[in-house]
Amino acid sequence: MLLNQFLLLSAVLFSIGVYGVLARRNGVLVLMSIELILNAVNINLVAFAAFRATVGGEVFALFVIAVAAAEVGVGLAMVLLLYRSSRTIDLTTVDRLRG
Amino acid sequence: MTTLAALEGMDRLSSGDVLVAQNVAFAIMAITMVAAALRMVTTRNVVHAALYLVIVLAGVAGLFILLGAEFLGVTQVMVYIGAIVVLFLFGIMLTKGSFGEDDGVTGERRLMAGLVGLLVFGVMAAALVESFADAEISRSGPSTTADIADSIFSAYIVPFEAVSVLLLAALIGAIVVARKD
Repeated sequence: MLLNQFLLLSAVLFSIGVYGVLARRNGVLVLMSIELILNAVNINLVAFAAFRATVGGEVFALFVIAVAAAEVGVGLAMVLLLYRSSRTIDLTTVDRLRG
Repeated sequence: MTTLAALEGMDRLSSGDVLVAQNVAFAIMAITMVAAALRMVTTRNVVHAALYLVIVLAGVAGLFILLGAEFLGVTQVMVYIGAIVVLFLFGIMLTKGSFGEDDGVTGERRLMAGLVGLLVFGVMAAALVESFADAEISRSGPSTTADIADSIFSAYIVPFEAVSVLLLAALIGAIVVARKD
């Protein structure tokens, strides 16, 4: 297997995640797109771990999974708070701090 | 026993048949994942988006196993598909009615996001093709869970402890943020 086939697939998923973060207005969907980006990063880490025949990349992928879990927990709590305070999770309406 | 024998004679993995099988498996997973990811960011139904996310995450788990990282593949299924997607579904249910089915994205916003995405992909693809033109992954065997455990509890012990504290902080933070006063 070529290393590049994994890296390019990861780049495609990363770009789709970036599109999702920028284009969608639903807070939950933006968080899902961030998960897509983190998974693309994990594919890269594991592909390089296999390429270099070390285990370090896999350990870092595990750390990324743990941090992603923490991020989703806090992120969804914030989305719930937003919903409770303004009855919407449309991110384009959240501009109260705009100057 | 047959699997053990297969692991012993891992040089068979670079022989023609297995290589073709690996590439076919990769192609199937890659096409499925890209299609599901595209549907995920474009579908109007948020619940469907969460289910498309499951397909992508399962594909990533398959890729991990294809790359010989079986512990990570199982972790991916347990943590992502088991826990995080359920969390997303709860988030969708609790905020339902605020959005309904319609996520009316304006055309200009979608166009600009698409341009940024394409640009990011173009730059990364050019750099990758330039740097790793035909680098082969020639792994001698899958990495065992024992290897990963050794590595975590020796070389990476400080990041491991930091992640434990981070998880605790995130747990308390989520409770404090979402609590009704």
